[in-house]
Amino acid sequence: MYRYDIHDQTLVDERVAQFRDQMERYQAGRLGEEEFRPLRLQNGLYIQKHAPMLRIAIPYGMLAGAQLRALADITRRYDRGYGHFTTRQNLQLNWPALEDVPDILAELAKVQMHAIQTSGNCIRNTTSDQFAGIANDEVEDPRPWCELIRQWSTLHPEFAYLPRKFKIAVSGAAQDRAAIQVHDIGLRLWRNDDGELRIKVLAGGGLGRTPMIGDVVREDLPWQHLLTYLEACVRVYNQFGRRDNKFKARIKILVKALGIEEFRRRVDEEWAYLKDGPQTLNQAAVEAAKVHFPEPERRPVAASATEDFDKLRSENRSFARFVTNNVTDHKVPGYKAVTLSLKRREHAPGDVTADQMEAVADLADRYSFGEVRVTHEQNLVLSDVPVDELEALWKELDALGMANPTVGTLNDIICCPGGDYCALANAVSIPIAQALQERFEDLDFLYDLGPLDLNISGCMNACGHHHVGHIGILGVDKKGEEYYQISIGGNSTDDASLGKILGPSFFREDVPGVVEKVLEVYVAERHEDERFLDTYRRIGLKPFKERVYAQQ
Amino acid sequence: MPSNDTQTEAVEQTPVHVDHLIENGELAAENAWCVSYDAEALPEQRPAFVPLTLWQANQDDNELAPLLTSDTELTTELGSTLKGASAIAVDFPAFTDGRGYTIARLLRERYGYTGEIRAVGDVLVDQLDYMRRCGFSTMALRDDQHPEDALRALNAFSVRYQTDVKERQALFEKRLTASH
Repeated sequence: MYRYDIHDQTLVDERVAQFRDQMERYQAGRLGEEEFRPLRLQNGLYIQKHAPMLRIAIPYGMLAGAQLRALADITRRYDRGYGHFTTRQNLQLNWPALEDVPDILAELAKVQMHAIQTSGNCIRNTTSDQFAGIANDEVEDPRPWCELIRQWSTLHPEFAYLPRKFKIAVSGAAQDRAAIQVHDIGLRLWRNDDGELRIKVLAGGGLGRTPMIGDVVREDLPWQHLLTYLEACVRVYNQFGRRDNKFKARIKILVKALGIEEFRRRVDEEWAYLKDGPQTLNQAAVEAAKVHFPEPERRPVAASATEDFDKLRSENRSFARFVTNNVTDHKVPGYKAVTLSLKRREHAPGDVTADQMEAVADLADRYSFGEVRVTHEQNLVLSDVPVDELEALWKELDALGMANPTVGTLNDIICCPGGDYCALANAVSIPIAQALQERFEDLDFLYDLGPLDLNISGCMNACGHHHVGHIGILGVDKKGEEYYQISIGGNSTDDASLGKILGPSFFREDVPGVVEKVLEVYVAERHEDERFLDTYRRIGLKPFKERVYAQQ
Repeated sequence: MPSNDTQTEAVEQTPVHVDHLIENGELAAENAWCVSYDAEALPEQRPAFVPLTLWQANQDDNELAPLLTSDTELTTELGSTLKGASAIAVDFPAFTDGRGYTIARLLRERYGYTGEIRAVGDVLVDQLDYMRRCGFSTMALRDDQHPEDALRALNAFSVRYQTDVKERQALFEKRLTASH
């Protein structure tokens, strides 16, 4: 876990003082609404439907127990006792008072947190793999690299007024769990035949109203040049990205307009000047970043403990279900990573109460070295749990309502706050998630369906990543009425793809029925052990379309 | 305020003179320059920042200096032409237009320009620190801005992670030096 030194702490403290001053000027009428807007946004503060919303940065999803406790305390003192984890691994408060925000930021700074650049037309929170550092298939731990990017991008003097927001994701494993192909810049850490670390750089991916898969700008960037190369990419975007139409202002539009070859040429031309400059990384700087992410002092776990675990798994069906869905293998034998489900019908996906935050912090202290991770699927992860403590942890999670054995299933819905909270939304999304969870709650049915990503966005800004859901649901507005467009075939992992729209949109109450028909087609058509996505790719959209729109 | 973002709107014809100028991190005693956006005719006042083409056509007038629009593409050729300018103004047609930051950096870091680079147009208090870090030596504040707020805003931060026009050592390097 990255720990601030005097420099980091000074910077966030000074940032709080700066924002307090800006807020005072705003309240005194010395700073206009329009002028205040980018300043508050770059401190995470939105003006929303019912109240301001504050988005707190959780860099690459890593949280210490003490930070989670502080967040719980903040939600009680300044909000309504809960928070919402987002698909960018951040935490949103839905009900803070505008005038309290400087104090909230000061509270965050006390536990080495901030809300810097969680919104606005700037470089946002860098996201990564929730299993970073512990995954079986990892080539390089992405977290030190994310931290180097975080520092480089924080208050970057040249890039505070980009044409539009800019999101970077980093993956260091064989399997991409950070959705790097749908980011403004996606980075994949890999090693060449000589064992040297290289970085594959993608640009121009993204969701929103014009979803696109990123193109490869460079396959094999030597790691020393990470920051200068990023600087060249963002500089090209800053100069040439469109500023006349905010819907065409993301880097993906520029990459598409120029073509990847021309975009690459401009980046390389720019990079020729920046390469080997003072932001070139060296081994010592990288090692200094890596020191913050040591292997925890894991105790030896006896081989017999794994045998006992396997035995319990074969005997106890509930435990087995939990393990199959919510427990992930670890690079260290005897250890597992446990995903805590934040998906329950009675709460919006990603919502956590202050009591739960404190309980999770306690569990992290007792079972997993005091650290918690936020996933872009809006769940939490305890990354280092010995197998002989899994049963005890499972029971405690069950008591907290966080052991729903449905991670990765249809019930593990990714969902934006939608029209219930968000001023941008065309339609509600949380009630759709809840209706679907209600309709498909039979575990055997869910397991039979296998891995299935169902993603819901309340508008085409796509915060719920509907384009890359195996099943995607998008709220649309037609003459003031809320409708839902359903797409299938999206995917955010290695073989990323964008979903295709089934056809005309549906009334809210019809959505569960339509999803059910889509699933029926899959169940009828699938080959043995074939995933939903693979069946779709084999048989295409037509059978789904015919079933869904068949005359009654 | 001039608003020539799209280049299609009518540009302001009357030369603009700004009272509050930040120079070397302080409020300047006076501002001699006016800024003219008229690409056709020279203003009467001197010294004056005028559109690039007009400056290029009147290089014998020592009291003229180029005004760069935010969409100026700084080619190598233009970069070397600009070396002969006594000062350069970079226009911010809207404070949300961040292209001027890159222009100033390129002028300093790539083309080695050492004269005055001035930010003009929609220049707000809360941008000054970034502007200075990108190489602006003077900033002409929008009329409604409070100069005392500007001085406070300029000194908000004592820590920077990145290198910039003045700071040639990134924080990650400084940390290494400090620990040895």
